[in-house]
Amino acid sequence: MLSEGGSFMKGMVLGGLFCLVLSLLGSFSPATESRTDGNDHHHHHVKAASKDELQQLSDSRLQELNDQLQVYCVVMVQPKSLVYWATALDTWTKHCDKVEFYTSEASKALEAIDLNEKDDWARLRKALKHAYENAGDIRWFFVAQPNTFAIIENLKYLVLTKDPEQPFYLGKAVKSGELEYVELNSGIVLSYEALKRLVNVFQDEDKCPERGRQLWKLSDDKQLAVCLKFTGVFAENGEDVHGKGLFNSKTVDSLISESMKQNPSNVVEGCCSDLAVTFSGLSANQMQVMMFGVYRLRPYGHNFHDLLTFFPPKGSDND
Amino acid sequence: MRPTSVTFTIGLIFGYLSLRLLLTSMFSVELVSDSVTYEKNRLRAYKVHTGTFLFGNSSQKNNSAVNPPNSTRILCWIMTGPRNLESRTKHVKQTWGKHCHHILYMSSVKTDFPTVELNVSEGRENLYWKTIRALQYIHQHHQDKANWFLKADDDTFVVIENLQYILSKLDPEKPLYLGRRFKPFISQGYMSGGAGYVLSKEALKRFVKGFQTGQCTHFSTIEDMALGKCMETMKVEPVDTRDVKGRQTFHAFPLDHYIIRQLPRPRPWYMIYDYYVPNEGPNCCSDFIVSFHYIYPVQQYVLEYFTYHLRPYGYLHRFRPEEIVEENNKTNKGG
Repeated sequence: MLSEGGSFMKGMVLGGLFCLVLSLLGSFSPATESRTDGNDHHHHHVKAASKDELQQLSDSRLQELNDQLQVYCVVMVQPKSLVYWATALDTWTKHCDKVEFYTSEASKALEAIDLNEKDDWARLRKALKHAYENAGDIRWFFVAQPNTFAIIENLKYLVLTKDPEQPFYLGKAVKSGELEYVELNSGIVLSYEALKRLVNVFQDEDKCPERGRQLWKLSDDKQLAVCLKFTGVFAENGEDVHGKGLFNSKTVDSLISESMKQNPSNVVEGCCSDLAVTFSGLSANQMQVMMFGVYRLRPYGHNFHDLLTFFPPKGSDND
Repeated sequence: MRPTSVTFTIGLIFGYLSLRLLLTSMFSVELVSDSVTYEKNRLRAYKVHTGTFLFGNSSQKNNSAVNPPNSTRILCWIMTGPRNLESRTKHVKQTWGKHCHHILYMSSVKTDFPTVELNVSEGRENLYWKTIRALQYIHQHHQDKANWFLKADDDTFVVIENLQYILSKLDPEKPLYLGRRFKPFISQGYMSGGAGYVLSKEALKRFVKGFQTGQCTHFSTIEDMALGKCMETMKVEPVDTRDVKGRQTFHAFPLDHYIIRQLPRPRPWYMIYDYYVPNEGPNCCSDFIVSFHYIYPVQQYVLEYFTYHLRPYGYLHRFRPEEIVEENNKTNKGG
């Protein structure tokens, strides 16, 4: 009897040790790598601050954050989409603290930084490098295409309490196989630190080749995710306080139509966030309509008592 | 000897499994509790949303439609018919219809929608008969419920708060008539039917009286123009509903017909009737829009989203007449 109990105990101890050894070995796998990042980035969504959180900050601190928070808009254009380019120039980009249009080739009609590059990924690299080198004091970068409509004030609200010296790579986060990346067509947000790491890894032809691997051609937004991943920066989904996505790859009309089918008794609330940052796939006319709908149309007498103030841009008449 | 090796093996498995369980439960606790709080927050958020929805208050604060600050009370009546209840009117009911103090749906058939039965058949040629009967009905049964009476179609979108803003400065005991003013046919002009028009309490009285005395008759099937004639006959005054910057509030077409920037050009066909010279581009329309026409269900919800929900956080609007009002309120209350 005693020898049986003893052998059971021996077996148990040995089994336990075996398990421990296995799990220790297992922890060196890349799956848990994200936790080795010093910050709380094991979440894959980034939420805007709640009203309570903001109210805990002092007025002077809020003002400080407000003043320091500037966005550099990187808009990737092409002469063939001239109408969108012109519309973006006349609408939402007026709300960026700094905006640069990066084109594949020069256009006689509009001014832009001519990257003289046909390849999407190579062009994106050049644009981001240029933005990094010309950032000045700006610490947040927003990359978009001209048929995306962005509400920069809501972008600022999302990143208000986030430290740009930490790596942030936000937008509509999507998974493709093992790779989680931010879709370009709904806008990509990069903090200064993320962009810094990216520009550094551009020099590594193994990890981040300029022409992409010829065997399998990844889209430019996926390439971006691959390169950033090597630097320890991971895609995160930008959401409002309630967990609703803020970056949309579809138009308002399209999302409302879907909501009518899915939430017929609660169409608007079941659709999109009140503080959405982007909508995409818009026609030029739809962008002008959105400019009015976002910045002007409202019911008289409603006051939201927001804790920040953003002023309308100078020299503009449609907002 | 065999029993001991068996117990040894059992012990081995037991020890392995129990330690594995211990390890996995330790590491996943954090993730599990995160997803739990995440779900809890989502549920709470939905409760908040449904809570405000139940009170019919889709805005955050100050929904003056529920309890008007002054005595502006608006009765909305929608010109509709059995064919459109499911496809259009239902969506009006779920969007801007909620902001009316009272709302009536006028049809040829009584239903549980609920609709009011007017003793008139459907059809474009009967529109003015429907209007006459509707106004007589309202005058007979609902005269005291409101001091302003808004007519709209089932494809009109209205922002009641902005209508209220305009009406609050006017006297409902005066014979007044508001809407998108059109030039032709009637010398003082008439208001577009599709853009929605408003009669003051006194104007409604005079309309009904006009038909009683024979001063107004069904002389045409063109509802908005014919009503305009009756208004003129009964000495009801048309009001200029443009804002202080000369921008229109009522619109006979959707927003994209007006807001798109254009090079200077002769008036497009859909603006030919306009009484006041219309602007194209950003100056077409007031920030405090009252109505649009030809708004089908998807657009009803889209406009509701733009008006009451989507906003740029903290944005200080360029056009801020309310600032002056708030300042006055502060000095009145603060003391």
